Amino acid sequence: MLNAVVLFAHPLFEKSLVHHHLSVALKEMDQISWVDLYELYPDFDINIKEEQKRLEAFDVIIFQHPIYWYSCPPLLKQYIDLVFEYDWAYGKKGNALKDKYFFQIISTGGTKEGYCSSGKDGFTIRELLQPFHQTALTCKMIPLPPFVVHGARKINDIELQSTLNQLQKVLIQLLQNDFIYKDFSHCQYLNEITK
Amino acid sequence: MDNNFFIQAIIYLASALICVPIAKRIGLSSILGYLFAGIIIGPSLLGLIGQKGSDIMHFAEFGVVMMLFVIGLELEPEKFWRMRKFILGMGSLQLLGSSFFLVLIGFYFIGWNFEESIVIALALSLSSTAIVLQTLKEKGLSQTNLGRSSFSVLLFQDIAVIPILAIIPLLVASDQPISIQNNYDITILLPGWLKAIVIVIAILSILFLGKYVIVPVLRLIAKTRQQELFTASALLLVFAVSYFMLLVGLSPALGAFMAGVVLANSEFRHELEGDIAPFKGLLLGLFFIGVGASIDFDIIINSPIFIFSFVLALTLIKFLVLFGVGILYKKQQDQNMLFSFILSQAGEFGFVILSFSNQLKITDILLTNQVMVVIAISMLLTPFLLLINEKYIDPYFGVKTIEDKKSDTIDEQHEVIIAGFGHFGSTIGRLLKANGVQATILDHDSVRVELLRKLGFKVYYGDATRLELLEAAGCEKAKLFISAIDNPTTNLQVVETVRKHFPQLKVMTRARNRVDAYEFIDHGVEKIYRETLYTAVHMGVDCLTELGFRKYTAHRQGQRFIKYDEDAVKKLAKKRHDKMAYLVTVQEEIEMQEQILRNDLFMNFQENDHSWTREEEL
Repeated sequence: MLNAVVLFAHPLFEKSLVHHHLSVALKEMDQISWVDLYELYPDFDINIKEEQKRLEAFDVIIFQHPIYWYSCPPLLKQYIDLVFEYDWAYGKKGNALKDKYFFQIISTGGTKEGYCSSGKDGFTIRELLQPFHQTALTCKMIPLPPFVVHGARKINDIELQSTLNQLQKVLIQLLQNDFIYKDFSHCQYLNEITK
Repeated sequence: MDNNFFIQAIIYLASALICVPIAKRIGLSSILGYLFAGIIIGPSLLGLIGQKGSDIMHFAEFGVVMMLFVIGLELEPEKFWRMRKFILGMGSLQLLGSSFFLVLIGFYFIGWNFEESIVIALALSLSSTAIVLQTLKEKGLSQTNLGRSSFSVLLFQDIAVIPILAIIPLLVASDQPISIQNNYDITILLPGWLKAIVIVIAILSILFLGKYVIVPVLRLIAKTRQQELFTASALLLVFAVSYFMLLVGLSPALGAFMAGVVLANSEFRHELEGDIAPFKGLLLGLFFIGVGASIDFDIIINSPIFIFSFVLALTLIKFLVLFGVGILYKKQQDQNMLFSFILSQAGEFGFVILSFSNQLKITDILLTNQVMVVIAISMLLTPFLLLINEKYIDPYFGVKTIEDKKSDTIDEQHEVIIAGFGHFGSTIGRLLKANGVQATILDHDSVRVELLRKLGFKVYYGDATRLELLEAAGCEKAKLFISAIDNPTTNLQVVETVRKHFPQLKVMTRARNRVDAYEFIDHGVEKIYRETLYTAVHMGVDCLTELGFRKYTAHRQGQRFIKYDEDAVKKLAKKRHDKMAYLVTVQEEIEMQEQILRNDLFMNFQENDHSWTREEEL
């Protein structure tokens, strides 16, 4: 079994139903350590050494966050900027994150249809998440497709429940190391893996 | 040096050192401790100081002068000017009212002649500045409405002493030679109108000298950086002003007070205060010992009924007159009660006036001594009266500990309790309220309590160190207890009590500085907020910014510094016990400081920071 750490970044968690349920589901799982960054570092003063120690202890690194302006909330960006240090995360001696799996659990307000070249958001989610993808590659991690919840503000209970089930299945499979030889190139989202 | 001096000094100091802590221990004011020390070593009991009590009194009255100087320092001229209405109004009503009734009693009931009645009434209508102000200070009430009212009355009395001493000789039949009221007064032979002019000129010259001579001179002295020189100049100043006042026939206390007010705006205010304070405290203590020693038990034994009933009548009259004045000035009932009790004694000026009238042969020696004993006993009585008021009267009349509830309102339990709602606590309370969190408030300032209740806060009035109050406020069920009391000692006591009796209650406390923080750490408190840390770091950050640091960099350095310092305090708190027991002496304080600074050397903030940059770029 692999273990995973979820770095959760949401500046207004108390107003987000989707992330509330996602978080509950994630916290239930034994193999997963769930960290609420905005609760831990309200002053953006991230403890670099502590965080590096934390990341070193896990096989899978997951960012959980809403998509704001086609990117992540600022504290998560701050986290990447500060914690992913030269000669720790990247560079000649920077092998701390090497061969760890990396992916994101994200929510969007917009619908899936909007995220394409002809839609109102113009790009697919995968395209928009390129910076994270490349960051993972630079840090010698193995990037996986994101797990996405679209239309987060309008989601109904049934859809939400099925999404949660999907997420748990994906994680269980991943943590049981079923993914190693899988090819993700054909799929947009991790959600599709279980289908 | 005279052998006798040492013995005297040892007797005075030892008696004070024994009696005052005992008094404090059993919850009485230190004044009572001093008074009893005086009684015990005085001629009536042990006779250790013989008749010296009265000599010492003369010297020790200087403590009162110093006290008024310090009070003056704390009162800026504008504030003083704003108080004029109260000084004149309350002061004159009190003085005239009390004297009037006392004259009635003396003349009609006791059968003194008219002159005797007037002199004694005037002497007794003056309260004891020393006792009242010391009590106010001990109870932390100096800055309250009550404190200011009491002070106004006292100040008026201080001023009134001058005309009183001027009038008394007029009571004597004109063919008798007028003795000189004090040996220094150079104006005594001047006609009244000229004397008035001299007095006005004297007062104006104090105001002028204070501003244009004393302050520049103090600046020069401060430049020499000799602490003892500054102390010497502070003492010289008080002595000189007092002597000057005596020369023109004014009360030295009044002069010292004015000098204080003039210097209140200067940059030396706190330094002067600090330099005078120990002298003031010791001399006041000496003064109270003197009062105790001057109680002549023979006089009491010879006519106990007369003395005690007169003390009671005196206290009652003064109390009622003050109460009336309080009603006129619309004081709250509990405030008025305290105001009336606290000023209900006769005071040190009474001794002066009586010995003066004795010189003038208005009162004979027996009567003079009797009345002096009455004054002393009434002074002795005040702390007890206040105790009775606090324990048995105030709970019924005063601002209630718990607000009267109408039967239909449900008493809701708040999760947060804030002890102390001054500048610190109220800021917390406001932030909580702005976020919809209601807190239960504990406070000991009844005016503030009334105001807060009007605004709809749930407030418990009283001393937060008392377990009953904490229970009443709901410590049993609350989640958070915030201790935000101004006085560090009280704050610590409150936290101790809460930790002991309500271990489940999470305590957050205000601490003045790192030394206080150590105490709290010893008590197992984790959430400690040092007043001096966050503001100072904030200022340091701004200072870095002023020097050209980028604001965000400076801000981050500040954040780190706070974390680092909070950790350091926790570490040092443990270490501290290896070295010392309880008292943090100055030397130890310096050692700690040194250790902190040394540790800082090892903590290079820049070293670990690779953020936003690669090593090769560094």
